[in-house]
Order: sequence, then C-alpha cells, then structure tokens
Amino acid sequence: MAKAYTPGLKVTARTTYRVRRLLPVTGDVRVKVGELVSAETVVAETFLEGDVFPIKVAGMLGANPNELAALMLKRVGESVQVGEVLARSKGIFGMMKTEAKSTAAGTLESISDSTGMVIIRGAKTPVQVRAYVAGRVAEVIAGEGVIVETDALFVQGIFGVGGETWGPLVIAVKSHTEDLREELIVSSMKGAIVVGGARMTAGGIRRAREVGVAAVICGGIDDADLRDVLGYDLGVAVTGSEKIGITLLVTEGFGDIAMAERTFQLLLAHAGKLASVNGATQIRAGVMRPEIVVALEARGSSEIFTGGATAGILDIGTAVRIIRDPYFGFLGTVSALPEQPAVLGSGSKARVLEVALESGERVTVPRANVELSST
Amino acid sequence: MRIVATDCGSTTTKAILIEERDGVFRQTFRGEAPTTVEDPFADVTLGVTNAVTELQELSGYKLIADDGTIIRRASVNDVDGCDMYISTSSAGGGLQMMVAGVVREMTAESAKRAALGAGAIVMDTIASNDRRKPHEQIQRIRELRPDMVLVSGGTDGGDTKKVIEIAELIAPARPRPRFGSEFCLPLIFAGNKEARTAIERIFSGEGFALSIVDNLRPTLEREHLGPARERIHDVFLEHVMAHAPGYDKLMEWANAPIMPTPGAVGDILQTIAKGRAINVVGVDIGGATTDMFSVFGGIFNRTVSANLGMSYSISNVCAEAGMDSVLRWVHLDMDERELRNRVKNKMIRPTTIPQTLEALVFEQAVSREALRLAYVQHKAFATTLKGVQQQRTVGDAFKQEEAGKSLVDNMALDLMVASGGVLSHAPRMEQTALMMIDAFEPEGFTEIAKDSIFMMPHLGVLASVNPRAAMEVFEKDCLVILGWCVAPRGEVRAGKPAFEYTLTRGGTTLAHGQLVGGEMRLVRFALGESGTLEVRPEKGLDMGAGAGKPISREVRGGSVGIVFDARGRPLKLPHTQAERRACVEKWLKSLEVYV
Repeated sequence: MAKAYTPGLKVTARTTYRVRRLLPVTGDVRVKVGELVSAETVVAETFLEGDVFPIKVAGMLGANPNELAALMLKRVGESVQVGEVLARSKGIFGMMKTEAKSTAAGTLESISDSTGMVIIRGAKTPVQVRAYVAGRVAEVIAGEGVIVETDALFVQGIFGVGGETWGPLVIAVKSHTEDLREELIVSSMKGAIVVGGARMTAGGIRRAREVGVAAVICGGIDDADLRDVLGYDLGVAVTGSEKIGITLLVTEGFGDIAMAERTFQLLLAHAGKLASVNGATQIRAGVMRPEIVVALEARGSSEIFTGGATAGILDIGTAVRIIRDPYFGFLGTVSALPEQPAVLGSGSKARVLEVALESGERVTVPRANVELSST
Repeated sequence: MRIVATDCGSTTTKAILIEERDGVFRQTFRGEAPTTVEDPFADVTLGVTNAVTELQELSGYKLIADDGTIIRRASVNDVDGCDMYISTSSAGGGLQMMVAGVVREMTAESAKRAALGAGAIVMDTIASNDRRKPHEQIQRIRELRPDMVLVSGGTDGGDTKKVIEIAELIAPARPRPRFGSEFCLPLIFAGNKEARTAIERIFSGEGFALSIVDNLRPTLEREHLGPARERIHDVFLEHVMAHAPGYDKLMEWANAPIMPTPGAVGDILQTIAKGRAINVVGVDIGGATTDMFSVFGGIFNRTVSANLGMSYSISNVCAEAGMDSVLRWVHLDMDERELRNRVKNKMIRPTTIPQTLEALVFEQAVSREALRLAYVQHKAFATTLKGVQQQRTVGDAFKQEEAGKSLVDNMALDLMVASGGVLSHAPRMEQTALMMIDAFEPEGFTEIAKDSIFMMPHLGVLASVNPRAAMEVFEKDCLVILGWCVAPRGEVRAGKPAFEYTLTRGGTTLAHGQLVGGEMRLVRFALGESGTLEVRPEKGLDMGAGAGKPISREVRGGSVGIVFDARGRPLKLPHTQAERRACVEKWLKSLEVYV
C-alpha cells in the first residue's frame, strides 16, 4: 500500500532557511555568492516589456489599410509621444488633410497593411527583486536571481493576505489566548510586525491599518472581518497580491481560536528582532503557505528548509492539531491508530485515529481531519 | 484480453484492470497511489507504477517488470502481464487554453466549445466585442500563461479584417507558455481560410508554434469542430505533455494517445448516448471545479465551472449562491457565523471530511448549490448556434424556435450520471439521488446513476481503441444505478392531487398510489428488477406526454428505487424559514436520506 502522508505546518526554533528570489523574466543579478544582504538589498533587476497600445490609424484617416504605409509620418522603431501625428491623409487635391495622432507614448512597433492598425509599445517597466530576509547569497542563478540562505526561526501560517513585508517583531498581548483588540495597538507599532494571541478583532485590524503596522499575526480571524478588510468575500485561497496596506497572517484558522502556545512562545522569545513576513497563500497546485522568518545569528543548522508544503507520517505519540469540527483547533497526541475504517457520526466510513487531548480527554477523529502540529 | 488503464489526476493516480472473461469485458481490480508529477519525484510514471503495483498485489498477476515498466504478454495464455495499457491525465492542472474569435456569441463561442470538448479549461475568451478595450485585452493576454491558444474568426470566404485584427493583438502581447518559458507557445488557427497567409506572417516571429486547421465555423449555419479538437489533442501530446515530467516515458508505454481526463469522460458519455440512443447529462464535482457534460439529440457539450467545487472553491460557491440559498436545503439549526468560518476553514484545509451529521448535511447543501449553478452555466452555453439567420415558414411562426436556444431539455433527459467525491462518497445512495434531483430538477422519467469509482476517464480512452470493451464495462461495472426520478413539469398546488402511479410486472401490481402537491415518496424497487410504470398527472401537469396526459414507461430497479417528486417544476421552496425547514425535513424523511 502507498504511504499516506499527513500535512503539517512547519514551526521551528532554528532552521537553515533558503529562499529563491527570482525575476519574472531574465535580467541582471546584482549580488555575488557569499555576499551578506539585508531584507531590503536589491539582488536582481530587469525591465518588463512595455504595454501595447493598438491604434486604428487607417480608420482614423478614412484610408484603406494597404495605403497606410505611404501615409505614415513615423516609421517602425521610432519613438512617439501622446498627441504626435502618426500619419496624414492625402486629402482632396492636397487640401482637407486628416491627421491621426498617437494616443500613447512609446515606440512604433508595427504597421498592418491588412487591418490598418498601428501598434505602439510603451516604455519598459523596471522590476527589482529584494532579498526579503537578511542572510548570505548562497547561489546565483545567472540572469534569473539568487538563493538567499540564513539561520532562522521559521513559522508557517495556515492563511494570510497581503504580500512580503518586514519590520521589528512586537508582541502586543500577554498570552496566546488573548484576542488582539483595538486598544492593544499603539502608534509606536508603525512599521512593526505585531503579534496577537487568539483572534484578530475587526477593531484591532482597523487600528493596525490606521497606525501603519506592517503585518499582524494571530491565531485566528473571523470570516466577516476578512470580508471587511478585503471589500469582498474571498472565494478561493489564492492570495498575496492584495493592496490593503497591511499583511495579515493567521496560524490556526478562521474563528475564535488561540495561537498554538509553542508558536507564541517562539515569537515572544525573539521580540524586537527583525522579522520578514509573507501573507501569500495558495492551496492548489504547488501549495504555498504564509510565513514568518526571523533571521538569527549563523550557527549552521543541519536542517535546510525551502518553504512549500510539509508532511510527515502519523505514529503513536505524534503531536497533532485537529482541523475540523467538532474538535476544531484542539491539540493533542496520537494515542491509537486503528487499522480498520470506522463509521463516523456522519454515516461515512473512514480511517480514524484516537487523539489524547491536552485536557486528558480522548477523542476519535478521521485521519484526514488532523495535521501535524509541530514539524 | 487484459487491459491496464490509469488516470493520472492532480493528486491521485487511479489504475483499473479490465479482463475479458467468458467473452465479456469486466473491471476486476483497482489500485491507486499518489500522483508523482510535482517535486521531489517529478516523474508521472512513478505514480503509475505504484498504482499498477497495487493491481498486481490484488490480482496476483505480475504486471510490473523489475525496471518499473508495465509487462506485456506475448500470448493471451501467459499468466502475467497485460495486452494493452492506456491512460488519461489531468495532472498539473490539466490542459489550460486561451481561445479567441471575432464575435463572442459566434466564432469565439465555437472556439470555446472546441476547446472544452477537447478537455481543456478555458482561461479566457478574447473577442472583438467582449466589451474590453484592445489594450485591456492585450494586458489580459500577457497575464495568462496558457498551454496553447486557439484562434478562430470569420466564415470561409468572408471578411478577413476582423480576424487579422485579433491576431495582431495576440502576437505583440507575446503570451508565455505555462511550462518552460523558453518554449514556443502552440497556437492553432481555425478561422477563415482566406486569412491564413496573413496569420502565417503575423505569427512567423519568435515565440509561437503555429498550426493551421480547417475553419471551425466555415459558415454561420455550421460548426465543424472535429479538426480543431483533434489538433488540440495532438498539440497536447506533442507540446504540453512532452514538457511535463515523465510523460515522454508514459507516452511510450501507452498503446493509445494519452487523453486529457475530461475529454475522455466526454467521449464515453457520447459513446453511451449514441449506443443507447438517449439524452445524457453527466457531472463531475471536484474540490475546485465542476465539469458538466451533456448529449442532447446527439450534440455533445461540456462546460467547466472553474470556481464551483467542494473544497478549494467551497467559499466561492457560498459567495456566489448566497448563504441563504445554501441554508434553504438544511433542516437543522445552524449558526451562520460559525458556518461561514467553517467554510473558510474547509477552503484552507481542503482535504478534511465531515465527521458529524450536521457537517455532512451542510456540505451536501453546498453541493446542491454548486451543482445547480454549474447546470445553469451549462444550459446557457449548450445552445443551438447563435448568429444563424432563421428561415421561417408560416408553421414556424407558432413554434418560436430561436437561434441560441438551450439544447438542454430536462423533459427529454433520459439519464443523469453523478461523479465526484461529494456524490460518489455520500454515505447513503439516497443522499446522492436527492442532491441530483434538487440541483438538476429532472422532469418526466429520468434514470439516475453514479460512477462507482470514477472509471469514466479510463473507459473514454478505452472507447477509442476498443468500443465494445468500454461499453460493456460501463454498463456492468462503472455505473451504479440508483433508480428513477418521476416528476411532473408545471406548478403544483400544495396538498391537492398531483398524479397517480401504478407499477406493474406481468399483470401484477407492485405499487400504486397518489401524490399531492409538495409531496415526495420513495418506492423501493431493487436492482435487477424491471416493470412498467404508468403515471396519470392532473390537469396542467406534464409527465412527458403532454399536460394531464397519462404515460407509461419501462423502468428498471436501482439501489434507491423510484423517487416520485410532486414538488412541481420549476422547484419552489416555501418562503418562510419555518415552513421551508418543515418541508425539507418531510422530504428527507420520505426518502430516508439521513437515518
């Protein structure tokens, strides 16, 4: 039988974190192997091809497409400005000439004698890729980018919105069970990565955005509050490109749920240090989970982590988190792994396991409804 | 004859063994293993070998050689090995295409139909009249990373300008292929043949691998999708599959071209519809998408509802349908805020399964809405050709037939086939049957079946090399017959007689009764049994023979039996929550859905 792997989220006090920092198209790499970089260092840059603007010039002149080439005042490869005359009709006996002016700035790319359309290519757009974490350039991928490596505290969240950001780690609550309320956010948190305990409340998020907090990290978030922040109901968990002025990351899920105590304690131990956060989440095809990376002094961790999905095999004693009602969010350890499928309360038959909860209670849940709680 | 067939899905590779015993083909064993297209394995054949190894362990035949390849028998008398290996694939997100045409409702829609029929996911449809400005269209083309592009436009001998204009937008946008940025993007031109020279010139530069096929809309009145579909399959194998990890080996192993999974499902449903001369609707509801297939009057259509699914897209189903629409199917007390959070938790942890009855009831309510919305989209797409000038006679004036009319007619529907986790794995067959009835609202007499272990893809590709084997396995092992839905078209009056039924066999009455408006009743009629069912609808209600006219049909039994549905069509639920809940509870009890 094929082995069944159980998903888990990576939460580790120290790992060698390697991150690929690549350009969307080929360009120039600006750093060398071994070079030390900060999160803000530009490691590679390039130019993206400019936008394309089609203009129906023959139509504007009332000419046939096959006459257009003769009427053009600009040639392929020449630069044009908005309002500049591209072509002029012959008129009637040299009088009443019509002009076609450019509606876009850029370079004239093509003239079509089939359709009478002229294509203007806009200016190239510069693109820079930054290191995102402080560390050392481990590898240069010629023309594409680099791999940055650092010893780091690494916490994988379950869901986030907003892209990459970085700032000092600030703990706003006293315990992992405390909600992040409005009054806990103060103006000195501007630009910081703020850690709450349980749920990030609507007031807390609103205040964090007002203050200019870079990112908020909590155990949970309410669906309604996420909808308010985004302005729409998120249908599919593909995130990271939202322009909401803040990155939000939850470690456990939706609803009233406390951050796992171990995660909270790890973050607490590094309060004040610079943390890099990425809210980008993608559940399908090439799983991507949001992350918190706190660069540490190099000591050479033997384990190397490159992000993405993590998984392990369930065994007696394995620490798990239950990820579905009626025990959603409960933590415990595997106490039994029955071979035979069991009939669930829903009437379905499924393979199950028994979990000894932190409270001492033992519950039976489908194997599909747990994830490894610390991998 | 012994055939090994695999379907390489995004997460699981499913293998089945088909054997000819006593002159009849039967599916005998099945095995599965995780798909190995992604890192760290990056070789699809590893998953295939693992899945076939399971077949080997279960069957006792040696099917896998020491080097991991599939063993072929030299003679049918050999104990080990198989005679044929075939496969489908939807790994890595399946086949993703961008299509373009001149007029959205005409050539662009025909191009979309060709792509969908070939098993593709259509990422976007570009047309001259799609209400986007040219620079917006170009921006969109640049953002997409399709596996290939299909360009259509113009009828043969007609105006070439518009289709060339579309080509001139696509060429400078330089869309990049999804896999391997260094490869040329395959582009198929299936438009006005007079525009071919210009098209060749426009796409002659770097970045495109152009191929030209017959116009898919040679005249307004005729759609000719075959050549475009075939070319899509060829390009899928030559370019897309060739760049996916391990597929070069898999193609060598297989005795027939590897097909995109949905394309194979469409093929088997067409084979069945043709073989039995019936109209069929098939649905495959997955975690992210819902595929709908239909064959009405021999015309095949397929749609993919990209964001209607039961896990990755569950939140989108609730957002699109509205939570009120979902909850109308629920008879239990549920807290809406908690439900919304649960939906999001399922979205971010898509592999979890309902543990409690309450969770199951809610998921099945969501599935009704996902299926309903997917069917609405399908009905809107599966139409007669648009843009066709109608020549009307005096007689036609009363028929009011119009171009663009949906081909999907629930009264003419003979068979509904359900597949996909929420339907296939429902703990009780009655749940599957009722989800299908509530979502699709079949009219008259409709047989309901489910694909036992999602075998349709395998049988679709098998149909291309051995149609008899495909047909026999489909009938005997693939379909689990649930039974029949018998429902009148028309508005019923609550509590007033709706119709009478009599089920007989050889002169013996097996069941007889009358239903009133708003009622549902289940008559058990076991698998293997058959009989004659006569139904006498009340005035204004139509069971297929016309309003108020009696009708008789031969019916066969199923795991569920015969569901008599006197709720009327279109289906209307009471307005107040209390009444609605009472009704739903009554229906669930009548059909023994949750016991």
